[in-house]
Amino acid sequence: MRNVRLRLVPARLAASLVPARPAPPPPASPGEVLAEAEALRVFLGGRPVLDGVDVRVRAGEVLALVGPNGAGKSTLLGALAADVPAAEGVVRVHGRPVSAWSAPELALRRAVLPQSASLSFPFPVEEVVRMGRAPWAGGDEADEDDAVVADAMSRTAVTGFAGRPFSALSGGERARVALARVLAQRAPLLLLDEPTAALDLRHQELVLRLCRERARAGDAVVVVLHDLALAAAYADRVAVLRAGRVAADGPPAEVFAEELLSEVYDQPVEVLPHPRTGALLVLPRREP
Amino acid sequence: MTVLDKPARPHRAPTDPAPPRARRTTAWLLTAALAAGLLVLVPVAAGTGAYPIPVGDVLGSLLHRAGLGGGELDRVAESVLWNVRFPRIVLALLVGASLGCAGALMQGVFGNPLAEPGVIGVSSGAAVGAVAALAFGVHVLGNWTVSVFAFVSGLVTVLVVYAMSRSGGRTEVVTLILTGIAVNAFAGALIGLFLFFADTAAVNQITFWQLGSLAQATWPKVLAVLPCAALGLGLAPLYARRLDLLALGERPARHLGVDVERLRIVLVLVIALLTAAAVSVAGVIGFVGLVVPHLLRMAAGPGHRFLIPGSALLGALVLLAADLAARTVAEPAELPLGVLTALLGSPFFFWLLRRTRRRQGGWA
Repeated sequence: MRNVRLRLVPARLAASLVPARPAPPPPASPGEVLAEAEALRVFLGGRPVLDGVDVRVRAGEVLALVGPNGAGKSTLLGALAADVPAAEGVVRVHGRPVSAWSAPELALRRAVLPQSASLSFPFPVEEVVRMGRAPWAGGDEADEDDAVVADAMSRTAVTGFAGRPFSALSGGERARVALARVLAQRAPLLLLDEPTAALDLRHQELVLRLCRERARAGDAVVVVLHDLALAAAYADRVAVLRAGRVAADGPPAEVFAEELLSEVYDQPVEVLPHPRTGALLVLPRREP
Repeated sequence: MTVLDKPARPHRAPTDPAPPRARRTTAWLLTAALAAGLLVLVPVAAGTGAYPIPVGDVLGSLLHRAGLGGGELDRVAESVLWNVRFPRIVLALLVGASLGCAGALMQGVFGNPLAEPGVIGVSSGAAVGAVAALAFGVHVLGNWTVSVFAFVSGLVTVLVVYAMSRSGGRTEVVTLILTGIAVNAFAGALIGLFLFFADTAAVNQITFWQLGSLAQATWPKVLAVLPCAALGLGLAPLYARRLDLLALGERPARHLGVDVERLRIVLVLVIALLTAAAVSVAGVIGFVGLVVPHLLRMAAGPGHRFLIPGSALLGALVLLAADLAARTVAEPAELPLGVLTALLGSPFFFWLLRRTRRRQGGWA
């Protein structure tokens, strides 16, 4: 359609209306802070949802946000994604306050998986995944689009229904397609809001292994999780939120203590080592 | 863990019924077919009517005027062709393209396949401005007065509908349709009020215009809508890619680098331009903007890079055909074009409503 565009509108006008793509960020060094919240307060509907939150997200690590319903996990993720404005404090992405970045600049720096994926029109799966490449359009990287899209689809096991319309998929399939789109964006900071919520056991493992892979490749991954065992198994660091504050922040082995979790969730919890592997298991305490 | 590392299903190559590549081919074929359809229909429409002119003569006269040979016709034929038929055809093409394109854009911006300038009241809103200009004999902007008035009131209407019918970044079907009813009623009342104050000549002019007709087509009228239509049609394809992303929702679109606020403002302006272009000369011609993008979406998928130019082409083709039918089926009388499109379009709208309802499991 490029020919039509140039014929209908003078090229210079077209250029001013279609802004030039900003430069992508340089590769992050391991341990570099890619996103951070400092003394962050967020109000939603007049109620403080986050109240003095400090979090840092480093390249090469998976950070799990856990906590009971309404603790502010999704809001924190939204604040890091620049969806939710900070009332007080500051949120920085790649060292700059989120409000100082333009939308195209941010799109090259962070990718976001929303809690639920919807689509107004029945685009086929492959086109949905390809939408993730939009931030790279017009650059040299656009040549890799086909390869990146194919790779993202195979990693999330959605290649089998690449041609089916998104609206004809089940909830779990949609969630994986949405994740494939996020992976195709190739941003160094991944913000995933409950990526495992709609998934079966196999695909939950698949998605969290993907998170680990991305972290090993040098990305920073923030993932909101409800399943504490998954967080224990896959996260480098866990931030436990309670009523808009960070109750604990550290490696799962330190943070997942019976007392703290029982208190945060208002539910007796037991933490025990797996009899065979020694991995942490977090279970609600059920009396027989 | 080792068991889970193996993919349980072999990864198949994308061989499902309609892979994107096949769709792209469909899109090119459709574009070619639509262009061919227009190339055939234009000379046929130019030759058909109360004073028939053979298609060969039409082409000859066209070539002659373009300085490429051909031959001049006799004085009457030449006059019928160039002062009556061609302005009307060009106007039909412009209005049709504007309506089709506006429909596609509007459905994309609202994220709702039922949005259409006529249904949600934007056409009536634009008509309010046009009627005001006609009723009070305003000529401040010369030939462009009616278009500019239609644009301003159309723009206000789109903004009002947009602000009223959205909540949480989505437009519910019921809210949208109800907003349309309210806006249509209010616009109807304003038009009635203007008619009440207008003199008899103006009332006649307005009444005829309101039914939706191209019968009064002249070259100055073509010139009056050309800027609006050309600007709107030229700008619309630039936003195709971003409209695709908007289908994901506002936040995901922003995450992918779309400046959603700006996109919305620009597209609302473009929609108002296109609707004003159509309404200011031809009155309210409904359902073209609804039916056309839908047919194309069924045939070639929802991608806006084809949908926007394709809707302009098919809109032009449909309106030219409808106008040809309007002036020939009841010869020597002429059916109002707006009546004809509504007659054919309303059942389609009804079917679409039923289907949407079934899909969503209720009036979401």
